[in-house]
Formats: sequence, C-alpha cells, structure tokens
Amino acid sequence: MSSIVISRLRPGEGGALRLFASQEALLAFAIIGVAILVGLYNPRFLATRNLADIVLGNAYIAVAAIGMSMVIVSGNIDISVGSLIGVLATISGSLAVAGVPIILVWLTPLMVGILVMTLQGAVVAYLRIPAIVVTLGMLSILKGGLISVTGGRWITDLPQSFHLADIELFGILPMPVLIMVAATILAALWMRYSASGRAIFATGGNAEAARLCGVSPQRTVVMVFALHGLFAGIAALLFATQLKVIQSTVPPNLELTVITAAVVGGVSILGGVGTVVGSTLAAVLIAEIASALVFINVSPYWIHAVQGGLILVTVVADILRRRRRQVGE
Amino acid sequence: MAVLAPEVRSAAPRWLIRHETLLAAILLVALVILGLFNERFLTVDNLLNQGRLMTEVGLLALPMTFIIITGGIDLSVGSIVGLCAIMLGYSWKNLGFPLPLAIAFAIGVGGVAGFVNGLLITRIRVPPLIMTIATLALYRGLAEGISQARSVRNYPEWFFFTGQGEWLGVPVQLWILLVGIIVAGIALDRTTFGRTLYAIGNNETAARFSGLPVDRVKLVVYTLSGLAAGLSAWVLVSRVTTTRSDMGSGYELDVIAAVVLGGTSIFGGVGTIWGTVVGLVMIQLLKNGLALTGVKGDATIIVIGAVLIASTLIASSLHGRREVAG
Repeated sequence: MSSIVISRLRPGEGGALRLFASQEALLAFAIIGVAILVGLYNPRFLATRNLADIVLGNAYIAVAAIGMSMVIVSGNIDISVGSLIGVLATISGSLAVAGVPIILVWLTPLMVGILVMTLQGAVVAYLRIPAIVVTLGMLSILKGGLISVTGGRWITDLPQSFHLADIELFGILPMPVLIMVAATILAALWMRYSASGRAIFATGGNAEAARLCGVSPQRTVVMVFALHGLFAGIAALLFATQLKVIQSTVPPNLELTVITAAVVGGVSILGGVGTVVGSTLAAVLIAEIASALVFINVSPYWIHAVQGGLILVTVVADILRRRRRQVGE
Repeated sequence: MAVLAPEVRSAAPRWLIRHETLLAAILLVALVILGLFNERFLTVDNLLNQGRLMTEVGLLALPMTFIIITGGIDLSVGSIVGLCAIMLGYSWKNLGFPLPLAIAFAIGVGGVAGFVNGLLITRIRVPPLIMTIATLALYRGLAEGISQARSVRNYPEWFFFTGQGEWLGVPVQLWILLVGIIVAGIALDRTTFGRTLYAIGNNETAARFSGLPVDRVKLVVYTLSGLAAGLSAWVLVSRVTTTRSDMGSGYELDVIAAVVLGGTSIFGGVGTIWGTVVGLVMIQLLKNGLALTGVKGDATIIVIGAVLIASTLIASSLHGRREVAG
C-alpha cells in the first residue's frame, strides 16, 4: 500500500492529478447540484443574502480544515481543534474588551494557537504518543480550563474595531472570504511545490521511506502541527469577530465539522494524499447542506448524522478506489 | 494508528504485574490521604455511591480494554450511549413498546451500532480511529435527529430500580458491573478468545497466518462495545430518570483514560481487566476527591485529560527503556 502512495508522490503526475481533480470537480459539482435542487424546491434558498451568509458564516471552518488536512495527510489526527478555537476566540474577545491595542487582539490568538499545537506536535513526534491520545487529553484540558476560568460568562460590548469579519475590501469583498480564498491558494501551492510541503506527503505516505530520503518525519510533524495552530488561530479570529457576543464556551462538535470537511475534501485518512482546495470546497458544501436542511423543511438536528454519513461514504469510497488501483497494477 | 507509532509491543509480564500493583498501591495511598482530609470520603455510603456513578463508564471500559488490546479504539461509545438512551425513550413513548421490550430494543440498537463499526473495520478495512470518529458524529446525529432534542420523562417507578435501587445493600448496577468484570476477566485471561486478542494486538499479520479468526474476533469486540453501551444507557436513564440526546457525550475520554491508566498499552498487545478496574476506581476517586475539595465538575476533566496523557507517556517511556535494555 505504501509503495503505491510513494509512486504518486511526484507532483504533476497524471494519476495524482486526475485523482485530485476528480475529487475537487466532484465537490464543485455537488455544491452547484445541491444549490439547483434546493433552489427548485424553495427559490428563497438562492437569495444572494442566504448564499453569502453560507460562505461568510463558515469561512472559519474552511480555514481550520486547511490545517486539519495537513495534519491528516501527515498521518495524524487532531480532535482538540474545536476546543482550541473556543479558547482562542475567548482570549481574543477578552483582550478586545480590556482595551488592548487591536493588532495584539488579532495576533495573540495566532501565537497561542501555534504554541498549543506545536506542543502537541512535539509530544506526538518526539515522545511518540499517538495523536489521538494527546489531542483527546488536550481537548478536555482546554474545554475544562475554559469553563473553569470564565465560568461560561458571555463577552459583550466588543469594540467596533474588533470586528475584522465586517471589513469589506473595495466595498464588496468581505474579509473572511478573502482570507479563506487566500489561505487555501497559498497552502495548496505551498503543499504542492515546496520541499517542506512535499515532506508532509512523504511523511504521511511512508515515514520510514521519508526518513531515508532525508526528510525528518519528526520535524515535519511538529511543523504541520504548528501550521495547524496558525490556521486554528485565524479560524478563531474569523469566528470571534463575526459574533456580537462571545459565549466563552467550546463550540459543540466543531472538531467533527472540521474533520468532516478535511476528509470529505479528499484528504485520505490513510495519510499521504490530499488537497486543501478540496477541503475548502467540502467546508462550503457542508455549510450549504446544513442551510439547505432548513429550506427543505428538514430539522437541522439531522446535521450531525449527515456529517457522519458523509465521512463514512468518502472514506469507504477512498479505500475501495485505492484497492481497485492496487489490483489493477 | 499514527504512522510514527514505535514498535513497543513485546510485553514483559513482570513489568505488567509491577504496573498494576504499583497502581493499586497508589490507589491505597490516595484513599488514605483523601480519607484523612475529608471525613465524608471514607464512608461506606460515599464509596457505594461512587460505585453507582462509576458503573456507566465501567461497563464501557471492559470491551474497550479488549478493543485497545487488539490495537484498535472506539471513540463512538459515548454517542452509542446517547443513541440507545433515545431509542429506549422513543420506542417506549412514541412507538408504544412495552418498557421491558424498549430496554431490550435499546440494547439491541447498541449491538447493531457496534456491529456496523466492526463490519466496516474488518470488511472494508476502515481504520478504527476514523470509523469511530465518523460514527461518533453519525450516532449522535441520529440521536439528535430522532429525538428532535426532546427529552422523555415519566418512566414508571419500577424502572428506576436498576439505577437507584439496592440489592443486599449494594447499588443494583454495581452487581451488573461486577458480573461484567468477572466475565470479561475470565474471557480475557482464560479463553482462546482472550489469547486471540493479545495475538492480534502483538502482530495482526502473524495472527492471521496462524489461522486465528482475526476478523471474527474483532467484529465480536466492537459489537460487545455497542452492547455494553446499550446496557450503560439503560443504567444511566434509570439513574437520572430522563432521556436526552446529549447523554454519554464525552464518555470516550473517561473510558479511554481508565483503560490506559490501568496499564493497557495504546499500541495494543498489553492489558488486563484487573488493571482497567483499578484505573476506573482511580478516575472515579479522583473525581470524587476533587469534588469534595470544592473543585467543580468542569475542572475535573482537565485533570482526567492530563492523567490520560501522563499515563500514556509514563507507560510508553517504561516500555522504551525496557526495549533498549532487552
């Protein structure tokens, strides 16, 4: 299995390109398809306002899914990201209310995010504890810590300058969408064409082979987690600055939504394969489905079942596709 | 699991015994200290009540020990508890099932949920971690969707016997847990089924080539995990007298922490039921001790999270040293 992953490592190779393209094309097609179908049933779904809200309100999930994709491609997992985003949003909001200069309010969550994730990455890489154990432990530490410190108190009276998400570039391009698109493109190019970006695929595909090729799997994993922390920080910022009130609790099941976006976006859970363009498209698709449920009179309480089903379908399809290719060779 | 997972598999039985005796010793010391600091702690009433509270997680920890010994994991247990609790209330209230049938139905749903996990893990070869993350979302989502976040109350009085009653002066559910522990302990230690679990965890390929029914045994342990979650849901609903769709959320943390603290290696191949029981008791006493000293419930999960990471670290470093030495 690993030898096949390795054979697909070279960028620009036909098979890999087709695989990536197909997953992304499929997602784009699904996004348009859902819009048309739901629009036929209830035209109000297609209102510009609604479509804009779907993308605007969920850009932070797409940004967090970029980091998650890298983590999964490297052969790891992180289930603490939802709690971390909750903590970072609270930190940012508290600083804003305390009257700290706005640039610090925006930068602190990024720094803390990088710090927490680098720490986790180091434990995973150098102390060789499975990522699931480390991040499950961290999830509860962050969640419990946040509630004990804040008591779940709501943060209100946020200063006007805090609302980064309200800024519109050239009067039309909202900041969250701009950041989402820019982060996706930059991350995609970096992962595809830079040596350190390729190292993530090499590590996830076959850590031992990567080591023999001069890539340090440990250093790569720490780097991936650090970047994941950065994206979690940006996500927290987008999340917090679109709210009028920050609840200072952990958004429930946020990590599941982020993992769903990464996996459905074509990031193989077996490591070594994936694309962040796909994960961003998947984040939009999931948000679109969640919104569509309301417009076709289905209770939004089903959304987690839909997410779980989507992960299962994608993962099973991915494994079967790999198996077929293996038989074919 | 993680690609970087080292080959820390060969277990020295001597170390194993030491780990658990050490843990039991720490437990005794903790008991005495907590007892000295708080006179309410070392009373029969308090300890029995802690046993009552421990049962729901304890029932899940037994099959989780099996699963982790095979090198797998089940993150969906908490969601299965939620789904089973909802199915119990829903089938009784909305489908008009008689309550005993509704209980059996809920446990059956748990079994099916676990079976589905096992089926995709063994047939399609979905990694257990991803499979159970997916069903963590799916089963919770089904519980939310079916119940529409409405709770079910007004169960008849006899239904509360399992969760609140006593038999021979001991909470009823503690008897259930006790039977579970004995059965699981014998199954793991004295049967071919148990030996097969260790064989799978130590080297799955070798186990397969030795003609062991690897897939069938795995299917059984994941199904057992689902059944235990059903049982746990019944006990839980009976104890708290109401059914909600968020029941059991976060249980995976307590369960995995108890199993890992009890000396079961997260890399598979090593572990005992006895260790899991000691781990379980320690986690419950930790919660109780913290609560008695005035720490709120939310803060205790910080400690449990730290215990999970620390005990894995310690176990893994002990293993590492032994490997270098050997």
